[in-house]
Amino acid sequence: MSLATTNYLTPTGREEAWRFTPLSRLAGLHDSSVELADRISLSARGVPAGARLEIKSGEEAPSLSTTDDIVIERVRDVAQQVLVLTIEKNAEIAEPIFLLRKSEGQAPEASRVQIQAGAHSHATVVVENVGSAVLAEEIEINLEPGANLRFVTLQEWDNNAVHIGRHHAIVGKDATFTSYVITVGGSVVRILPTVEYSGPGSSADLYGLYFATDNQHLEHRIHVEHKIPNAKSRVNYKGALSGQSARTVWIGDVFIKATAEGTDTYELNRNLLLSDGARADSVPNLEIETGEIVGAGHASTTGRFDDEQLFYLQSRGIPAEEARRLVIRGFFAEIVAKLKIQSIEERIMNRIDAELEEAK
Amino acid sequence: MSTLIIKDLHVSVSTDEGMKEILRGVDLTINSGETHAIMGPNGSGKSTLAYSIAGHPKYTITSGSVTLDGEDVLEMTVDERAKAGLFLAMQYPVEVPGVSVSNFLRTAVTAIRGEAPKIRTWVGEVKEAMTALHMDPEFSERSVNEGFSGGEKKRHEILQMELLKPKIAILDETDSGLDVDALRTVSEGVNRVKENQDLGIMLITHYTRILRYIKPDFVHVFAGGKIVEEGGPELAAKLEESGYAEYLPA
Repeated sequence: MSLATTNYLTPTGREEAWRFTPLSRLAGLHDSSVELADRISLSARGVPAGARLEIKSGEEAPSLSTTDDIVIERVRDVAQQVLVLTIEKNAEIAEPIFLLRKSEGQAPEASRVQIQAGAHSHATVVVENVGSAVLAEEIEINLEPGANLRFVTLQEWDNNAVHIGRHHAIVGKDATFTSYVITVGGSVVRILPTVEYSGPGSSADLYGLYFATDNQHLEHRIHVEHKIPNAKSRVNYKGALSGQSARTVWIGDVFIKATAEGTDTYELNRNLLLSDGARADSVPNLEIETGEIVGAGHASTTGRFDDEQLFYLQSRGIPAEEARRLVIRGFFAEIVAKLKIQSIEERIMNRIDAELEEAK
Repeated sequence: MSTLIIKDLHVSVSTDEGMKEILRGVDLTINSGETHAIMGPNGSGKSTLAYSIAGHPKYTITSGSVTLDGEDVLEMTVDERAKAGLFLAMQYPVEVPGVSVSNFLRTAVTAIRGEAPKIRTWVGEVKEAMTALHMDPEFSERSVNEGFSGGEKKRHEILQMELLKPKIAILDETDSGLDVDALRTVSEGVNRVKENQDLGIMLITHYTRILRYIKPDFVHVFAGGKIVEEGGPELAAKLEESGYAEYLPA
């Protein structure tokens, strides 16, 4: 056993980073009570020209960033092989590159992935998480200057999956990173979408959608670190909860360091409570160390279903259930419509419809 | 030929001080092709009458009846009332973010007609109705009532009325917040629907201004939660002169 595995400070739930997470439901991912298998669980549905997929050793693909998350440190310790997706310099790949997760059911596993977006490349990468899994994973994404990457992760897990993940983007000079984190499945899902910048003129747009029903804990902890001047970030996450034991957590940490003059940032989180007892925690957190910025703001709202909307639609002959469905689809439409991958849009909305139907 | 009959309607709302009676015995009959103006001071209960008939959950019917062609309206859910042929054009139409006007209209028409409209004729039908109301075609891609001006909201209400083809329509302060041009456009829309579809109208208003464009057959003065005087168009002229002072408690 390496030194690292014995040195872990197992979270107790009192730590700021863990205070919302139900540790007892993490299937041992956070402590060392279970062995993690080192598996390459993602496979491509086809790799288009301009991209390549390789398996590298940990030495060949060292970590690109630092983390203080105990589970991610464990992933780095366990995973001796790294799946590396490279988008070549100047490549223009119109069709999304799909990476499908094939997990070994409830056997705990660790996964490390790196995505390298070459200078001035254009691509969309979609990670599809389906089925059952106990997964701890890290995906590091590096955007070279001028790269444009759309990065979509779909958590369409069965409702017994446990998933802890860190999706870290390093956005280079004049590069554009757009992420969509869609979480509708899983027993416990805890994702850390984090961003840092390596050159000015760069931007990151982080979109998210989550829908929790009974016995689901869906947590998204965003962290955007502005150290480089003249970078931009936008965060917009929307969530809905149905069922009295449905839980969601959204943390939006945006730090603007003294060196980050000209920063432009805005973050937004909206939650829609569809039933009594459901609980959504929403914690925007903006720390600003320089006044020389373009803008910085945040907003967070958590509200109940609007009965006036329901009445309005019903008064036009639309039955109550269909009216509810319309309002919820409408609530998510702002995020879903931006995806522009129609098969996925339909699939997500249909899953939400089906879960609403079931939750009745 | 349809008939809406309201008999001795009493309605209460719950307040911090308990139940408060707003409507105190309303009697009114509206037939197809008739326009009834309900006029009265603010707070007299006009809007409560409108929302009670439409079935808003905030209002509790304590006694009385409402029937449409003999069917008990008060037993129906809100959407059943719409399917039965009632329409309420609201004073403050509700915003529904993310739901496009075109999706909303098609969903509503499908529900009311019991089957989805044929795409080809439907597109033409909507376009024609929108043109008549001076509405830009790009309007149909916007979210329902979101960011609409006052005039756009009211046009959108009348557009729905035209497409849903109700038997009886209640227009709640449709004139409020409209400039003269918008008032004329909206009124023309109402008159067109009335003529083409033999619509019966309950026109709720505080001011006589809209009555220059939509001619009432009957005028009812509403005060203290009930109708206190009834007459023909001449009654509106009298209200224009003397206001509601004589109907208010001294």
